Amino acid sequence: MNDPLLRILLVDQNAERAAILEEGLREAGCRHITVVREMHSLMRRIVDADPDVIFIDLENPNRDVLEQMFQVSRSVRRPIAMFVDQADTESIHAAVEAGVGAYVVDGLRKERVKNVLDTAISHFKTFNKLREQLERANQALEDRKVVERAKGILMKERGITESDAYGLLRTTAMNENRRIIDIARSVVSTAGLLK
Amino acid sequence: MRKNITAGFIPLLDCAPLVAALEQGFAATEGIELRLVRETSWANIRDRVIVGHFDVAHMLGPMAVATSLGVGHLKTPLIAPFSLGLGGNAVTASVPLWEQMVAEGAALGAGPRVQGKALAKVVESRAQAGHEPLTFGMVYPFSCHNYELRYWLAAVGIDPDRDVRLVVIPPPFLADAMRTGQIDGYCVGEPWSSVAAEAGVGVIVTTTTAIWPLSPEKVLGCRASWATENGERLDALIRALYRAALWCEDPANHADLAHMLAAARYVGAPANLLQNALGSRLSLMAGTAPVSIPDFHFMARHHATFPWVSHALWFYSQMLRWRQIEEAVGDIEVVRSTYRPQIYRRALAPLNVELPKADTKIERFFDEGVFSPDAPIAR
Repeated sequence: MNDPLLRILLVDQNAERAAILEEGLREAGCRHITVVREMHSLMRRIVDADPDVIFIDLENPNRDVLEQMFQVSRSVRRPIAMFVDQADTESIHAAVEAGVGAYVVDGLRKERVKNVLDTAISHFKTFNKLREQLERANQALEDRKVVERAKGILMKERGITESDAYGLLRTTAMNENRRIIDIARSVVSTAGLLK
Repeated sequence: MRKNITAGFIPLLDCAPLVAALEQGFAATEGIELRLVRETSWANIRDRVIVGHFDVAHMLGPMAVATSLGVGHLKTPLIAPFSLGLGGNAVTASVPLWEQMVAEGAALGAGPRVQGKALAKVVESRAQAGHEPLTFGMVYPFSCHNYELRYWLAAVGIDPDRDVRLVVIPPPFLADAMRTGQIDGYCVGEPWSSVAAEAGVGVIVTTTTAIWPLSPEKVLGCRASWATENGERLDALIRALYRAALWCEDPANHADLAHMLAAARYVGAPANLLQNALGSRLSLMAGTAPVSIPDFHFMARHHATFPWVSHALWFYSQMLRWRQIEEAVGDIEVVRSTYRPQIYRRALAPLNVELPKADTKIERFFDEGVFSPDAPIAR
């Protein structure tokens, strides 16, 4: 169970990912979570939230902005990278792998944040998986459109049926040891050239 | 056997030797299969080098030193066995700030002393009028940009911590931050100074090589342990980068190189601006013809690829000066061993090229300041 008193600040420009992590942290018992999506007045938001733990996604170029704030500011308690503890190389690997940067306020006991960090890492991983699935699904949809267009072109040019057109694509792919989508792309681009 | 090397980089002009090593085949000639990965923040560059996602990276010189010292982050010994050029930075003022500076004696193309004096007067009169202090952007707390900007400001009588505000903004966002009035000036590497000048948002006030001739910039950084375990691979990469740097500096190749770097997967900025910067030509403000600034940027000449230990020591002196760290026993040795001219010499030995005799040199600044590597802490 997580420490419900920990104040957590989540800096993420991706609304869906932020929502997934926020929900995850709440389910894990965290009560004080602030999500920042807008980068302007970041400093102000940090001061207001007065966080014990800060998470930022690694795709965010403003990560460097955040690190400087810890360097110079007297108005925020000094957060430091979560991995200053030399023994904790496994955590830093896991976090970077998952795409999340983590900072804790100096002096906070490590046991108090271990669970929160693990929760963040696991939800970032979940999000990555969802995104991969979505990308694969989109790609499959795109591929199908190309195959449909290739079939249409073959049907028109050769006066053959749809299933023969597909058969032709498949046979050619097998003979040339290529994928159907690659043959379909060639058909579409060649047809474009001949117009 | 092919040697795989993965290198991280940030979209800036001085990633050029890495890009040319790949695109022009210098890496392949050395048997290296080079994979370049574009990154979005210096913090990511550091972390991905530490965890081993990247074997090597385009890195801020002071970042290698700070990480070896463990300032604010996991202490990991990093090394810099190769420098990715010298100079290339400039200080840009917003158009409104520039107009105020001109009223105080600044002039387009004037030296850092004249421009600095004018800026100091603007800063002073703002303070007297009770206005907010000026805000300057730079790219990272442990960067040459931060220290060069601070050096210049301090030398002309502006306290960089009290009289102005310094904020970090990623390079591609600087011109926009200036346009929207978030910042009044900034110090950054090309093409991000020219971008603001070209857009009529800012005016280039001075180059950092005018503040500190032959000033250092990025390095090739890697984990000390990786370098030990992969000596041959690293040597081969250093030879490839050395040849790439020579190729990059040849004016005959600037058009090709600029075109290469302009691609979205590399720098993603207009080729004409990149080509100007490669040829040390800058349009200081919108509507003016590019002027030649002969000592603006070196990729190979003047031993631009040599990792001078005096550079590392100067960064350390500035970390102390600006209270980023406190003096500690043993730190000087850590700093010295971060820059590795020994590896550079070893790697280039087969090429029979002329190399510097010493590992350190005296560094001289525009205000007649002198930095002696033998007394790095005396200021």
